[in-house]
Amino acid sequence: MITPHSAPLPQTQSQPPPLEIHDLTVAYHQRPVLWGVDLVVPAGQLVGIVGPNGAGKSTLIKAAMGLLPAASGWVKVFGGSVSENLRRIGYVPQRESVDWDFPVSVHDVVLMGRYGHVGLMRRPTAHDHDVARRCIEEVGLVAFANRQISDLSGGQQQRVFLARALAQESDLYFMDEPFAGVDAATESAIIALLQALKARGKTILVVHHDLPTAREYFDMLLLLNMRVVAFGPTEQVFKYDLLQQTYGGRLTILSEMAEAVRQQSQ
Amino acid sequence: MRPRRAIPLLAAFILLACADAAWADRIGDLSQTDWREQAKRFITLRDPAVRYALAGSVLLGMSCGLLGGFIVVRKMALFGDMLSHAVLPGVALGFLWNMSKDPVAIFVGATLAGLLGAAAVTLLRRTTRLKEDTALGIVLALFFAVGICMVTRIQSLPQGNKSGIDKFLFGQAAALGADDVRLMAIVTALAVVLVCAFYKELLLTSFDSAFAASLRLPVAALHYGLMLLLAFAVVVALQAVGVVLVSAMLITPAAAAYLLTDRLHRLLLYAMLFGVLAGVAGAFVSFLGNNLPTGPFMVLAASTVFALAFLFSPRHGVVMRWWRRRAQAQRIQRENTLKAIYHVLEVRGFAHAHSVSLHELAARRQCAPDAARDEVMVLARHGLARLQPSSGTIDLTQTGWQRACEIVRNHRLWEWYLAHQVSIAPDHVHADAENIEHLLGEEMVCQIEHSLSGAGATSDPHGRPIPSRADMQRPFGTRAAADVVDTKGRMP
Repeated sequence: MITPHSAPLPQTQSQPPPLEIHDLTVAYHQRPVLWGVDLVVPAGQLVGIVGPNGAGKSTLIKAAMGLLPAASGWVKVFGGSVSENLRRIGYVPQRESVDWDFPVSVHDVVLMGRYGHVGLMRRPTAHDHDVARRCIEEVGLVAFANRQISDLSGGQQQRVFLARALAQESDLYFMDEPFAGVDAATESAIIALLQALKARGKTILVVHHDLPTAREYFDMLLLLNMRVVAFGPTEQVFKYDLLQQTYGGRLTILSEMAEAVRQQSQ
Repeated sequence: MRPRRAIPLLAAFILLACADAAWADRIGDLSQTDWREQAKRFITLRDPAVRYALAGSVLLGMSCGLLGGFIVVRKMALFGDMLSHAVLPGVALGFLWNMSKDPVAIFVGATLAGLLGAAAVTLLRRTTRLKEDTALGIVLALFFAVGICMVTRIQSLPQGNKSGIDKFLFGQAAALGADDVRLMAIVTALAVVLVCAFYKELLLTSFDSAFAASLRLPVAALHYGLMLLLAFAVVVALQAVGVVLVSAMLITPAAAAYLLTDRLHRLLLYAMLFGVLAGVAGAFVSFLGNNLPTGPFMVLAASTVFALAFLFSPRHGVVMRWWRRRAQAQRIQRENTLKAIYHVLEVRGFAHAHSVSLHELAARRQCAPDAARDEVMVLARHGLARLQPSSGTIDLTQTGWQRACEIVRNHRLWEWYLAHQVSIAPDHVHADAENIEHLLGEEMVCQIEHSLSGAGATSDPHGRPIPSRADMQRPFGTRAAADVVDTKGRMP
């Protein structure tokens, strides 16, 4: 496989990278959805993960967090295992993955971001509540803090999820389509928030669906289609031939093989 | 209210249940009596057996309500239904163990059968392409059929026909003994303590299991733990409610609570409360009717609570929604009358403010003078206007005048906003503003005002002045003519 990887940004040797993935392969029901992913994400970068539907974008971040079993390969976070660094990892799942009629308030949901710090069977402290309130303020939902989450618009719901991630006070964030189904005003509010996080030295990986905006939003892009097509600074990676490779027909043989492997294993 | 406060309550019920276990008898054996006599016996709690029936109903209401709350928010109602039917073969096996209604043997057998049913559902889903609901349907029916066969067979045995195993089908609270109640108390206490201890974790895994997994919460262990507690709750409730209807005691009180609140901890408390209410009411009616099956009456009581929640829940209730819509329609009607009076005054340049006649209003509202009079009387009832009976003229109160200014102001602000900020043609904006004027909140008004003053505008797209905040503060009828405009509606 010829992978036109761009040279990774220079690393300071003392600090291990926030995220290092080596030869990661993930399969759903025996059907491989990610093949041999290698990735080293430098600190303080806003990274967009783009690729067509079924390219394994969500799978990649879930596997990176250890939520899906890897068929092979390993993931290192800040030089250690994921479970050693849980508090340094924040997560924004897809908005549709939860029931927004669930009987909880905005504050309750944001407070969930503190659960990783609180510990099993313990109750959140006054400090945790303060952090939650501050994060709600940061995403501009103070007026909604005590409302049930079903009262919110789609964009506001997305901001609740972001506030919850902020409350995690992590250093490495995985966000699954935070821009999906939000209005233009929310989209710019979210991107401002991501820029602010980056300014605080956080590393953020964002699964993103929209190619044109990907170019302006992200420092680095990961072009993904079941494998890494390219990864590097946006201006180096956002090239016609690489995008063509990601979205075009050349990689169909991989998905055909995947299907063949699945059929055989049944 | 926090779930922890439920513990002292629970402790009280357990004490009640165990108070004098020693000399208790079953009330199932009692002879026929008058219903008044029965009611008296139930209410005075003189009879220890009545106390068992009551304590058992309270305990089953608590455990079913609590765990039912979780299965409703986790969308697992059908799973509860499956579980409650799948335990029947286990009940029969537990009985066959030593040919008696030994609570522990039945508890163990029923729990195992329930878990076996759950495992069968998982197996069907993992190995076939059947979806969850179909798998549940198959397992429910199969286990229930096996259970019915076994129970029928037991009843035909010489020791079986007086065993009371038939009580497990439709429930009989009066058949509860001291051992049964003790077991129920243990299970309920276990459920309450565990749910309180792991409330935070159960909340998160129920709402967002992916996020919970990212924090490495034991998502699967919590799920199976909850299912095990659910199985326990079903099994201990069986004897009082019966296999056929026990799932309703899980779902119905929790569904009523779901309509009444939007916080999980309150939902769980309400569900427990409704479960207890339904349990006690069912036991009482069954006792009055000389030990009719308890289950149906409990479910009827729970359904009554649900029906009340369905109709009268402040937020989601059908009647309340209708009431709110009606109140809003009436408010809009009042505001339209006020607006019409404002228009009448505006056309004549706010001269002779106190002399708007019913005829003028009727002409403006395009209705009969009698209808206009009715509208004014409504305003008068709300303290917005006064009708001079002798002259038939309308006088707005200060509040009425403020509200009239506000509505006209909202209307014209919105028209201006649509025309100048959204670039909609001025002749397209009126109809939209007719609706928005009643809904525009203070925050939106401030926003539009801000851009209005930014643009230096004071009139709407049709050239009529937008009443200012100062206008609203002026006493009715003293508006300076200089502010206003010629009657054609152009700015000076």
